[in-house]
Order: sequence, then structure tokens, then C-alpha cells
Amino acid sequence: MFTVLNQTLLCLCFPVSHSQITRLYSRFHSLDKGENGALSREDFQRIPELAINPLGDRIINAFFPEGEDQVNFRGFMRTLAHFRPVEDNEKNKDPTSGEPLNSRANKLLFAFRLYDLDRDDKISRDELLQVLRMMVGVNISDEQLGSIADRTIQEADTNGDMSISFSEFTKVLEKVDVEQKMSIRFLH
Amino acid sequence: MRGLSLLLFITVANEATTDLSVTGASVPPELEVSAAPAGTSPVASRYVPEEYGHPGIAQARSAEEPAAPSTEDGESSHQHGGGGYRIVQWEWSYVQTPYIIASWLLVASVAKILFHFSQRFTTAVPESCMLILLGLVLGAVVLIASKKQPYQLDPGLFFLFLLPTIVGDAGYFMPARLFFDNLGAILMYAVVGTLWNAFCTGFCLYGVKMAGVIDEKVNAGLMDFLLFGALISAVDPVAVIAVFEEVHVNETLFIIVFGESLLNDAVTVVLYKVYISFVEVGPGNVYTADYFKGIASFLIVSIGGTLVGLIFAIILAFVTRFTKNVRIIEPLFIFLLVYLAYLTAELFSLSAILSMTFCGIGCNKYVEANISQKSRTTVKYTMKTLASIAETIIFIFLGISAVDKSKWAWDTGLVVSTLIFILVFRAVGVAGQTWFLNWFRLVPLEKIDQVVMSYGGLRGAVAFALVVLLDKEHVKAKDYFVATTIVVVFFTVMFQGLTIKPLVKWLKVPRSTNRKPTINEEIHERAFDHILTAVEDIAGLNGYHHWRDKWEQFDKNYLSKLLLRKSVYHKSELWEAYQKINIRDAISVIDQGGNVLTSARLSLPSMASRTSFPEVTNVTNYLRENGSGVCLDLQVIDTVPGAKIEEDLETHHVLVENLYKPRRQYQSHYSRHFMTVGEKERQDREVFQRNMHNRLESFKSTRYKRHKKDRSQKKRKGSDAKEQDTSDKPRRNVSWQDKDPVVVPMAPEEDKHDPPEPDKDDDVGITFVARKAPETPKERPKSVPAALDGCQSPVAAPPSPTCGEKNLPWKSGMGSLPPCVSVEATKIIPIDLQQAWDQSISSLESLASPPEPQHPRVSAVSSLGGPVWTPAKGKSGAGSGSNTGSPSSLQFKFPTGKEDEEEGTLSQRQQEMQALMSSLRQPPPPATQSAGKRRNPCVYLRSLVTVPPSGAEPQSRKPTQL
Repeated sequence: MFTVLNQTLLCLCFPVSHSQITRLYSRFHSLDKGENGALSREDFQRIPELAINPLGDRIINAFFPEGEDQVNFRGFMRTLAHFRPVEDNEKNKDPTSGEPLNSRANKLLFAFRLYDLDRDDKISRDELLQVLRMMVGVNISDEQLGSIADRTIQEADTNGDMSISFSEFTKVLEKVDVEQKMSIRFLH
Repeated sequence: MRGLSLLLFITVANEATTDLSVTGASVPPELEVSAAPAGTSPVASRYVPEEYGHPGIAQARSAEEPAAPSTEDGESSHQHGGGGYRIVQWEWSYVQTPYIIASWLLVASVAKILFHFSQRFTTAVPESCMLILLGLVLGAVVLIASKKQPYQLDPGLFFLFLLPTIVGDAGYFMPARLFFDNLGAILMYAVVGTLWNAFCTGFCLYGVKMAGVIDEKVNAGLMDFLLFGALISAVDPVAVIAVFEEVHVNETLFIIVFGESLLNDAVTVVLYKVYISFVEVGPGNVYTADYFKGIASFLIVSIGGTLVGLIFAIILAFVTRFTKNVRIIEPLFIFLLVYLAYLTAELFSLSAILSMTFCGIGCNKYVEANISQKSRTTVKYTMKTLASIAETIIFIFLGISAVDKSKWAWDTGLVVSTLIFILVFRAVGVAGQTWFLNWFRLVPLEKIDQVVMSYGGLRGAVAFALVVLLDKEHVKAKDYFVATTIVVVFFTVMFQGLTIKPLVKWLKVPRSTNRKPTINEEIHERAFDHILTAVEDIAGLNGYHHWRDKWEQFDKNYLSKLLLRKSVYHKSELWEAYQKINIRDAISVIDQGGNVLTSARLSLPSMASRTSFPEVTNVTNYLRENGSGVCLDLQVIDTVPGAKIEEDLETHHVLVENLYKPRRQYQSHYSRHFMTVGEKERQDREVFQRNMHNRLESFKSTRYKRHKKDRSQKKRKGSDAKEQDTSDKPRRNVSWQDKDPVVVPMAPEEDKHDPPEPDKDDDVGITFVARKAPETPKERPKSVPAALDGCQSPVAAPPSPTCGEKNLPWKSGMGSLPPCVSVEATKIIPIDLQQAWDQSISSLESLASPPEPQHPRVSAVSSLGGPVWTPAKGKSGAGSGSNTGSPSSLQFKFPTGKEDEEEGTLSQRQQEMQALMSSLRQPPPPATQSAGKRRNPCVYLRSLVTVPPSGAEPQSRKPTQL
């Protein structure tokens, strides 16, 4: 009963098809080893593929609201909703309903948050370096990585504060088809 | 051997016609061609491919040819020699074949030039249309001239030589990621779409024939029409490339149409072969089993072709792993193996286009990583040249072939109904398949996309070659089919090709931007990929990203390990991407600023923030602002700790050699490529010399930093403007300092070879400190603006050009200040692109990197010290300073040696220098202090030289190119 209620609620909040929710709900339960209706970090870390994903831990963290270490199905869905493809009819939806989670800006924000550890809305050189270090192997020296980071920041940095703000981040990726590259086709 | 026998035949057969061609000697090439006897034309066309189809073969052939026919030549000349010795001999038969080929190529190339004279015209009319028209005209001329049509698009020639050059190019440069992202759609259109088109067109034509629209004369049954439908329904890669590359639709659309045109080859081949055999045995003898054989054959042809391609891709990638010492033939391996993939598939009657395409796609990543930059450029340009000329030839020959009336027969009903069916079924097929695909596609294909895809279904030379190949014995209506095919090809290429551009504009189809990704995009898109993979894993979907990630793991763990060089394997892709971007920037910097020094605003295309530096006036400033982290030096990769010492030594030797050469090479290059020194260039040089001189003085003054008053006069001159800029720099300087340790620690390592240097580390430290010190910012700008101001100094103005040149390499090598980047570097490009960017990059790098402040000093020391102590006159400060470091260090020997060599030419300047030096050297205490410093550049230089990575290497090599 609870699930059905919850699903309808979710459907109202953001448009995810019914079958998708059912599917993801069963996935949620299979991940939920503690059977307490919420996922902990350990539950995520048990997914074997995530262990070899360079950004795995960052992405796991993205599922958890700040300061919490449990995520319920609703939060789980809320995060996943970022990756829904943008539908045609959503593009010209009336603006009163607020920005959907899968909008371009929100997709970008999700990626931005992965970099921005301290949540100061800026990617500093150190933060960028950390992510870069995760994404490249050990074969690159710190110096090389540093120069890449410097270059990256210089390229994006428009106000000279030697860090990338979210608006700069958006600007530098404005030519990228984020709607496509940050979307997953959830099966029907 | 074959060439020899053929030539023999020609010489005998053409005995009579030789005289005839003599009369036509002054006739333009195409007429000359027409004058050639028809009997020899097959020979000519058979040779065409070997000449341009394959460099390797062509070379081998040309190497063998002169030897073989020369004896032949002797004979023939004897034959018609008659009596006595002829002063001028007509040797048409000897040169005929290559001559005709070359003439054709020339005509084709000149035609291209002419088309591109009018920009407005070429934007409206696609080149392929013009080429076909030209072919029609040429064909008419030839027809009128010789009453026969000796030339037409020969299927053998087309399939063995012309098509592979185009497909090879397409496959090798196929954007792999885009291709595989859309593979599902591509396969769908290629297989289902082509089958649909083929069957529908075939059946409907048969139906129309039954209905009596098509004339009775067209003697064809159901099988014939199905056969015709099969060959006419395939979208043609050559036509698609030719038309679409001018239209610039967005990548997704392009890759779908283009990929379809390549991959439908298997379907076409199988259908064509199956129907041919059906037609041959007669429709009555076809059993149900044969249809299943057809399906099996399709699987074998397509999968087999793909496998052959992939096998060759692996071989090719593996071979290029070991070509380090034979760089010069690296490109050859690529051409040969890719071509062999095509031929091998053809050998087993598999789909050759599939094979070649997948060979290209498969090997590209590894090969590009393995081969040198030069080879990359060579491969790229050769492939593009070959593909372009093959395309030109194909379209011209299509035009020419159409002229020959004896080959075809017209039937309006057949032509019109074929055209209608083709267009209708293409549109219906695309709509249906897209509807189906959109269920699964992340980004659905819109209505406009579908229109463009339907309209972009161009037919071309493949269809024509296939229809020409038909056997008239079995296919009675061949002539009608040929005519229809020609009309269809012309209609699609010319009418649709002409109108697709306005259509695309009118429909507002998203265009491609043709923009290279910035480093930010590289990084963030990579992050996106990881994110999506992780999310798919969390959501428990085994989606596309999941499998792509699996593949990448596999590739990284096994394939790359096997196929990539060790040195390459350990580089990260991100790093590669970063370097590529840097190189691109460096090249564009040089490209756009013929004279970077004077270009008011310098901008790097990939720097989004370039507008925020309006005050940037030259490279130095620019890089000081931006460049702290910009490592424009390719060699930096070698700084990876753990790079072998041998490699270091090797580089060291290379470097030393290159360090010695500069002047001589510089001069020779100079004389070879810049015969006349324009007024502007001379001026540039003088400015440069002045610049150098000023720097020299600034060097002196900085050495005696305490005596600030000394500096005040000259130095103040130009610095005012820059001071503001530079005053805010120190903050960034700090970041340069971060990198210092990298250079410094390497030096001790190298010092094993050299006598111990007491306080070298201190020296290095000192210089950097000096840079940090508040005064230093002033010191730097001084030199540049001073030069710009053009303050005349007695020293700089008088010296002879040679003297100036000699000095250039020196200083530019060390200091590599803007002038060299600007004036000289641009000239380098034509000589050698690779080295050019090497140098330019490194020179830019040197500006940005920490060691830089020392360079002026080093150069100053060497140019000053050299003349001073070699003549054994100057034994004062400079001598003592250099003595500590120089005797055994390679670096310090060379200036001496050099100066010795050129003592004579330098003498004048020497004296002047000495005057300067002596005045400088008056105060003894500073001199001793400077001794320490002077050692320091020496130390530093050694570290530069011996440590390949630091980026100094190309710098010092740079002068050699000047």
C-alpha cells in the first residue's frame, strides 16, 4: 500500500512513467540489504561495478542529502530523475511549474556538485585536481595533472578568481549537448 | 612484366598512329588523349589506379618501369629510326600510359581549381555536379574527336582502385564514438532499409511493367527487376560524402546517412550476387533452399567482411608498434594494410567496403597513438588527396560514360517509374524505421531529420559500376538499366545535391559546428560518461553505457596493452587530449599572428576567457597572464619520473648536436627558403637585434641590482606602459614557482657527468628569487618595449646581416623572446610543420615557464662571454664566471667553439660588445657576484639540455630552423 501511494506521489512530483518506477522500486529493494526502506552508503558500495568506477564514490555521495547517510526511495528517485532524457513536451512547458530535475541546468548542477566538494559553488584547483586524479591513472605525474588543471581553470575562468563557478561551468559547456550526454534511456 | 609486354604491344600496334599523334602534339591533353588509339585505352585505365591508387605500388611500379621499357624504347626507336641518328625523337608510345593518366589527373585537378574560383558559385553548386557536367563536356569532346568513346567508368578500375581510396579515407577518419553511439540506427537503415528499398523497387517495377507503363522492348522478368532494384537501391558512399560534406548537417544526421551508405554494401553485394545467380540459372530453377543460402550468404559476407577488417586492423596496429626506427615508412604500412584489408575481403568475395571501413575504425585509435606526428600528418593528407582525386575522377568519368550512346537505351516509362519509386520508398522506409528506432533512441530523430535522410539517399557510382558489370547475355534489358541508372545517379547527385543545401537551410536543420573540443569539454564529458555508467549500475540497467564501460575496461587491460607502444600506453588519454589542444593553440597562435609581437590582441581559440584580457599586447605578457600552467611543450611527457636515463642521454646528445648547428643550418635554411629578404623582414631583424641589445643591457643592470640608479635611464623608457600589467603578475608567478622543483632536481642527476658545481642550487634559487622580487617585473618588460620603441643603439644597427643572423639563433634559442616567435617562427612553418610547432610551442612554453627569467642571462652570457674570453682578451668577470662551469660542460664549450669559428665575422661586433662589457665590468664586487650567477645559467642550461623534458630542448633546437 505504501509503495503504491508513494508511487502516485512520485508521479505527481516529476513525470516518471509507472513502469519505470516499478522497475526502479524493485531495484531499490534489492539494493536495500538492511530492509529498512532506505539505502545506506554501504548498500551502494556493494554494487560491484561502482567499485571500479573512478567517480563511484562521488556519485554515491550525490545520492545523499547533505549530512545524512540514508536515502529513501523518494530521494533515490529524485537523484535518478536528473538523468531522464528531456522530452519534447517538457521543453516548452509553462515555466510556472518550476524547473524539472532533468533540465539542462540541473544536469549540469549534478555534475558540478561532483567536483565541488566543499559546496562553496566553486571548483577550486584542488577540487579539480582530485577529480582529475580519480579519472586518470597513476601514470600521469602531479605536475602534468597540475598543468591540465591550470589550463582547465584558465579556460573556464572568466572573473579571474582561479576557480570555476557554476555559471562559468555552464558557460564553458554551453556548446555541449548536455541534454543528450547526461541522459539515460530508462527502459519502459 | 605486364607493363613491358603491354608496352611492346603498344609500340607495335601504334607504329602507324605515332605519326598521327605527332600532329596533335600541340593539342591540349584531353585531345591528345583522344588522339591516342582506342586499343590502348584499357591499358591506360588499368594503370591509373596503380599510379595514384597506392603510393607503395606506384613507387614500385615506377621504379621498375623505367628500367624495363628502356630496352624496349631502344628497339622501337630502331624500328622507325630508318637511317641515321635523329636529333629529336617522338617517344609517345613510351610515355603514353603515364602521360594519359597524368593528363587526366591534371584536368581533374585544374577543374577543381576553376570551380573554386568563385566562392559564391561553389557554395551554391556542389562540386560533384560540376564534375559530372565537366565529364559530360569532356566526353562529348572525346566523342566528337575520335568518333568512339574509349573512356568510361570501368568497374574493375572503380572497385579495385577508386572506391578503396574513398572508403579507406572514410573508414580511417570515421568518428568512432559517434559511429558506435549510432550503430543501431545505422545498421537498421543499412540492412532493413536497403532490403526494403530493393524489394519494393523491384516488385513495383515489375508491377508497372505488367501494367504496361514500361515499354515492351524492355525484356525483363521479375528477377531482372529485383536485380535492378537491388543495385539501384543502395545509398552510395561516394555521392553521400561528396554532397554531405558541403552541406554540414549535424554530426548525428551525417553519421547515420554516411554510415548507412558504407554498411549497406554487404546487403547490396549479397543481393546482387544472389540475383545474378538466380537470373543466370533462370527463375524456374530457384528452390526455397536457395533463399536460405542467400540469407546465410548475407551473414557470411557481412560478418566475414567485418572480421577481415578487424583482423587487419589488429595487424596494422601491432605493426605500427614497432616502427619507431623506420618512421619514414609508417604511413606506407597504413595504406598497404588498409588496402590489403579491402583486397582480402574482395578475394573471398566478402564485403570489401565493410572490411575496409572496420579496419579503418578499428586501427585508428592505436595507430594514431603509435605513429609520429609527422606520419599522422602524412597519412591524413595523403588519404585526403587520394580520396579527393578519386572522387573527382569518379564523377568526371560518370559524366563521360553517360555520353556514350551505344551503351544505353532509353525508356521513359522505366526511368520515370524508377525515379518515383526510389524517392517514395526511401521516404516511406526512413519514416517507418525511424518510428521504430525512436522507441529506443535517447534522442529521437525528428521530422526534419527524416526529411533530410530521405532526401539524402543519393545513388552514385557504385550502382553505375554494378549495372555496367551486368552480363548482357543473361540480363537482356541491360542497356535500359544502364540508362536508367545513369539518370537516377545524375538526378540524385545533381538535382538532389543541388537542392539539399537550400532544403537544409529552409528546414533549419541543426548544422555541425566543426569545433574542436576544449579541455574543459574533454574532462567534463569524460566525467559525464563515468556518471552515466555509475547511474546505470545503480539503477541496475545494463544499458549502453554499461557495455561501453565494459569494452573500455577490456580495451585498456588487453587490447591497448597489446597494440600500443609502451611509452604511449602509459600516457593517459586525458593527457593526450590536453597536449593536442595545446598544440592546436600553439599553431593557431602562430598562424594568426604573422607577427605575434605586434598583433594587438592575441587569442587562443580554445580559451573561452580570451576576451577578458584586452590589454594583452604580446606573447610574453599574454603567457605571463595566462600561461603559468599552460604547458605547451610536448616533451614534458618525458618528465615522468622513471623515464629512462638512456633516453635522457640520447636526447641530451641530440640536443647537443642541435645546439651546435644553429648558425650553419640557420643560414642554409635561410638561403634556401628565403632567398630575398624583404624590406619588412630586414626591419624585423633589426628590431630584433635592437631588442637583443636592450636585453643585454637590462641583463647587465639586473646583475647589479643594487645599483638601481644605473638602470633608471634606459630601462625606464619603455617599461612604463607595461608596468601596470606586470605589477599584478607576481601572484601567478607563485604558481610558476611551484613547478621549479621539477627542473631543479633533475640537474643534480645530470651533474654526474660534469664537474661538481658548488652552489648551483643556490644559483637557481637566486634567479627565481630575483624573479619574485618586486623589481623583476619591471626588468622583464623593459626589453620588449624597448625594442618596440625602437631606440637606436649603435651596436645593433650597423652589423652585417650575417652577423645578425648569427646572433639570432643564439638568443632566440635561449631567451626565445617574442620576436623569434613572431617573425621567424612563422617562416618556419613551411619548412617543417612538426618541428615548427615543436619550436613554437617550446618557445611559448619557455615564456611561460619558470626557467625563463634565466634565459636572457644565459644568452647574454654566452654571446657576451664567448667573444670576450675566446680571444683571450677578456679575463675578467665573465671569464671567471664561465670557468667554473664551462671547461667540461658541453654547454659551455659550444659557445666558445662557435665564437671561434665565426670570430672573423663577429670581430666588429665583438669589439662593440667588449666596450659594453668593459663598462659593465668596471665594478669588481658585482662582477664576482655575477660570477655566481653566470655559473647558474650554465648549470641551468645543462639541466635544460640533459633533462629532455624541461622543454628547453626544442627551444635550443629552434635556431637550427631559423
